[in-house]
Amino acid sequence: MTIQFNDETFRDDYTFNNSEWAIKRFPFPFHEDSYMYSVNMEQHRGGPEGSVYEMRFDVDEHYVSEMKDRAMVLDQDPLRCQSLPHMTLAGWDLLELIMASKSEDYPDLFELHRNGNQWRWINKPMGIDHSFTFMDETTLPYGPMEYITRQAQGDFAVLDQRDEMLWMDAGMVTTQADWSLDFDIGMNFFEWHAPVPKAHEMGIFQRALKFLLNIQQGAPARRLNWTMTVNPLLDTSPENYHKWGIQKTTLTPENIAHKQHLRVELQTFFRLPRSNALVFPIRCYLCSFQDLMTVPKWGRRLHRVIRDLPEELATYKGFIDNRPMMLDYLSQFDDGLPTSPGIWPDLETEPPLKSKLA
Amino acid sequence: MSKFEFPKSITSRPVWGTLEVRSGEHHLMIAEAEGAEAILDIATPDLMAKTHLIYIPKGTGYAERLRALNSAQFYEGPSYEASLQRIRRVLEDTHMGLQVYLTGTEGMMGQAMSEVMTVGLPHTAIQTEHRGSVARRMQCVHCKGITEDVEVDPFVCAHCGLNLFVRDHYSRRHAAYQGVCVDAEDHGNVPEPKGIYE
Ligand code: HEM
Repeated sequence: MTIQFNDETFRDDYTFNNSEWAIKRFPFPFHEDSYMYSVNMEQHRGGPEGSVYEMRFDVDEHYVSEMKDRAMVLDQDPLRCQSLPHMTLAGWDLLELIMASKSEDYPDLFELHRNGNQWRWINKPMGIDHSFTFMDETTLPYGPMEYITRQAQGDFAVLDQRDEMLWMDAGMVTTQADWSLDFDIGMNFFEWHAPVPKAHEMGIFQRALKFLLNIQQGAPARRLNWTMTVNPLLDTSPENYHKWGIQKTTLTPENIAHKQHLRVELQTFFRLPRSNALVFPIRCYLCSFQDLMTVPKWGRRLHRVIRDLPEELATYKGFIDNRPMMLDYLSQFDDGLPTSPGIWPDLETEPPLKSKLA
Repeated sequence: MSKFEFPKSITSRPVWGTLEVRSGEHHLMIAEAEGAEAILDIATPDLMAKTHLIYIPKGTGYAERLRALNSAQFYEGPSYEASLQRIRRVLEDTHMGLQVYLTGTEGMMGQAMSEVMTVGLPHTAIQTEHRGSVARRMQCVHCKGITEDVEVDPFVCAHCGLNLFVRDHYSRRHAAYQGVCVDAEDHGNVPEPKGIYE
């Protein structure tokens, strides 16, 4: 299908909106009625047609507007994109991976023409037609990682692999769930995960690292992570927390349906060929509570998950104070019926909400 | 003086050790304030004859006792910042096999450690021992300014003036803990500051 790109904002007047198409393909992160941290990783080898899993780098209706938002963030704070000197080769690897994947997966939107090291890249949605020399930085307006990630949705952490460990030595981070690249750059896998509750004690990070170290070129993996965001604000950075934190207190029973968003990250892992680095794209999807509630299964399940989530997780994810208000709202959409396993909406087979009054 | 036992913390927080004599032809010791006591505890004439000792008093008075150790070189610097060029110069000449001893506050040890790593010495060549103040070197996540010697939580960023709470999340590159706005969700509601470990 051809994608109609929205003209929308993720700040100030918040005109962000999901079409019905976007809602149905939203990566709802709960495969059952409860949630706890786990090593939830699987191969990233496509998925149902039209789903966010189908392509290597999903492009959707928010693409153009998200890239505008990223440019604004970088304009105000260039430290959101950093690369330690030894990571330039990994940047070229990443540029190649994204250009090749997008031009193959979306031939009507992107084209890559290669003649030796002379490359021509056409990005139609963003109006870019650029010829450059592969591996020659002087022919690009930015470093290779920055150049390509200004044209790709989601954040990117690029991990160097040495001494049986991953090191966060480069990244483009403007749509993060409250962590700082500038602070975390240079840390290893256990250090940057230090603030996460419970998961260390559960042995999750040890097992996850082992899995990641063994990821092979051409065999990417993926997982989902989630949190909550008031207003469709992409840049929930610690850098700007003193500005956006107050928005969490603007939630009321009257506005919660459209103001409260479930924030889901589709995280993928690709081995890069020349540098042997690992790239970790973190793609953020937002969906308002009222849009989620149009899928009866998700309404039932979200209520149960949020109700039973351990307090430490709700605190870490930053919504402990708003949880009672969320539950008041969500409980209206939970009629107690069982839910089908898996994350998919199952609109054809799941029963509509039974009115509690009837 | 008894040593402070830091409470168990998260995995990014550094863990400091106890200095011990290592064999080797070249030794660099940096002692800040009460760190001098850790040096006095391990010093032997043989070790000190091969040691460049740098002492940053910060108001303490160990100079005479340290000088009496007769180290190969002894330098008393008025502050870490003032001593930094000299430390870098010494590290430039570094022979593989140099043994480094850092002792004093977390802020000094963290910064010196990153200097040592920069010249490519393995971290196994560096020993540390915390002595003296438990103050932290803090990076403001908002303005990126560093506030030195923070003893209370919350504190005021020396650069942008925001009230910040003291996190345990630590960056070796910045040699600093992270400070985050404490009243972002309730402007003006700043808790009474208390000692970081109170
Ligand atoms: C190598 C790629 C990865 C990177 C760069 C990465 C990065 C991060 C960062 C920066 C955070 C936020 C920590 C903070 O509070 O400051 C985080 C959270 C977390 N990460 Fe990772 N991560 C990676 C892989 C994984 C994997 C494979 C798992 C598998 C279990 C995992 C599990 C988690 C969990 C459970 C959280 C807490 C999230 C929440 O509750 O919202 N991470 N990660």
